[in-house]
Amino acid sequence: MREVIVLGAGMTQFGNSDLSQKEMFAQAAIEALEDGQVKARDLQALFIGNVLGGFEEGQINIAPFLASEIGMPMNAPATRFEGACASATVAIRHGVLLVASGVYDLVMVGGTERTTIMGTALATRTFAMGSHSEYERFAGITFPAVFGMAAHLYAHKYGIPLDQLKRSMALVAVKNHHNGTLNPLAHFRKEITVDTVLEGPMIADPLQLYDCCPFSDGAAALVIGAAEKFRAHVSKPITVAGVGQGSAGAIYAHRDITRVRARETSIKEAYRQAGIGPDDVDVCELHDCFTIAEIMAVEGLGFFEFGQGAAAVDRGDTALDGKIPINPSGGLKAKGHPIGATGAAQTYEIVKQLRGECGDRQVEGAKIGVVDTLGGDFSTLCNLVLRRN
Amino acid sequence: MQSYPLPYTVFLERMKTGDLPGLKCLDCSGYVIPPNAVCPECGSSELAQHSFTKKGILKTFTIVRVGPAGFQVPYIVGLAELSEGPWVMGNVVDIDPATAEMDLIGKEVSIGYRLIANETGEGPDEGVAFTFAIQA
Repeated sequence: MREVIVLGAGMTQFGNSDLSQKEMFAQAAIEALEDGQVKARDLQALFIGNVLGGFEEGQINIAPFLASEIGMPMNAPATRFEGACASATVAIRHGVLLVASGVYDLVMVGGTERTTIMGTALATRTFAMGSHSEYERFAGITFPAVFGMAAHLYAHKYGIPLDQLKRSMALVAVKNHHNGTLNPLAHFRKEITVDTVLEGPMIADPLQLYDCCPFSDGAAALVIGAAEKFRAHVSKPITVAGVGQGSAGAIYAHRDITRVRARETSIKEAYRQAGIGPDDVDVCELHDCFTIAEIMAVEGLGFFEFGQGAAAVDRGDTALDGKIPINPSGGLKAKGHPIGATGAAQTYEIVKQLRGECGDRQVEGAKIGVVDTLGGDFSTLCNLVLRRN
Repeated sequence: MQSYPLPYTVFLERMKTGDLPGLKCLDCSGYVIPPNAVCPECGSSELAQHSFTKKGILKTFTIVRVGPAGFQVPYIVGLAELSEGPWVMGNVVDIDPATAEMDLIGKEVSIGYRLIANETGEGPDEGVAFTFAIQA
């Protein structure tokens, strides 16, 4: 397999957008092309994450429209990937594999999503489509409810008083909101306190409003290519050193939902390809759709022992100046969560971190970074390991 | 070619007769509910029909305060481990959500079901949710 590098990266402001999904994508894509100093006519394929475009804007088959929007040639196939919130990372992984295997030399990967146009009622209905449509949906399951159940089971399994766990969860939100204040593209750019979280309305016990990430609009895109052809083309090429993807069934089939088994198999493969272990990672963007999700993820990625993630947050180990800085961008929690674009935005952040271009939120000397994206109720999990040359 | 071992429509009809239907793996003796094309444990497609005992333990729960259209909040969603081993998702019933505390976890439950009309949403006209009644 050939070495694959990221040549360029682009991302829109996250939040509430007046731009359509196609317009947002075009903005991010053109920034990525300029950053990578390549032309759209030289791209050989497009791999794009988009989840609910049909419900949001009445737009399916969006990929060829996106390719046309930025002037890609007609012989470059454009394909949409759908793996719920992990869609963009799944799209990126497939783009990486097709460059690594020699099918293409230069492709664009990314994601676009405009969730806020749906309104809360349609958004709640369509987001729940990620659950099993016959055997889970009619219990009235929601995404916050899945992670509410995970938080209760976590407290019970590890013998942590619920009040203590909720405080650790609140500290995740406080940290990610702080990081968000340092990211000009973040949806939320304001500090919060533990009290802000603990005084918020209850959504799905024990998760309160500030334990949950927002619905956001946004797009992000990257140009990736074969290192043997493009390494000298840009001043700071970032290598995609490893990729992984895991697939699992419905929540009930997982049983112990304090662990995302698809993550454990996915990251194991990504670390193996990169020839590293969790102790080698300098910075990580992971799937903090809910505060408890970040605690579960730092364990599943191997940064801390199972059951020790909450204590690690309490110690500040996951802060910007901690042992393993987690979500320097603000994460899904503060940067925002435009579902089909999220994985591309996580990758954008890691690329910028490894290039040393993150200003006040820069993790000093970061050389190896990990992307972790969860789709659906633990069923799709995709990881990337990136490395500075 | 073998047909799907326990389709949703058949599952629903058997639930309505008071059964808690599922499958038993003839290769590894594992139990399967909700139905699956093959045994999740060993991958075998040698599956026989099985009636579950309707007894289980509540493993975790949450109280849904913001729900999808058509669901009256608050309500309790939980996961129960059946005495045969598999876990199922359902609603804890006969408990006021306002009184639900962590001590619900580990309680014995009796498994039932509720039929839910699906008039406006996608998919089947009629849905089924498992119910968990806490045993004193």
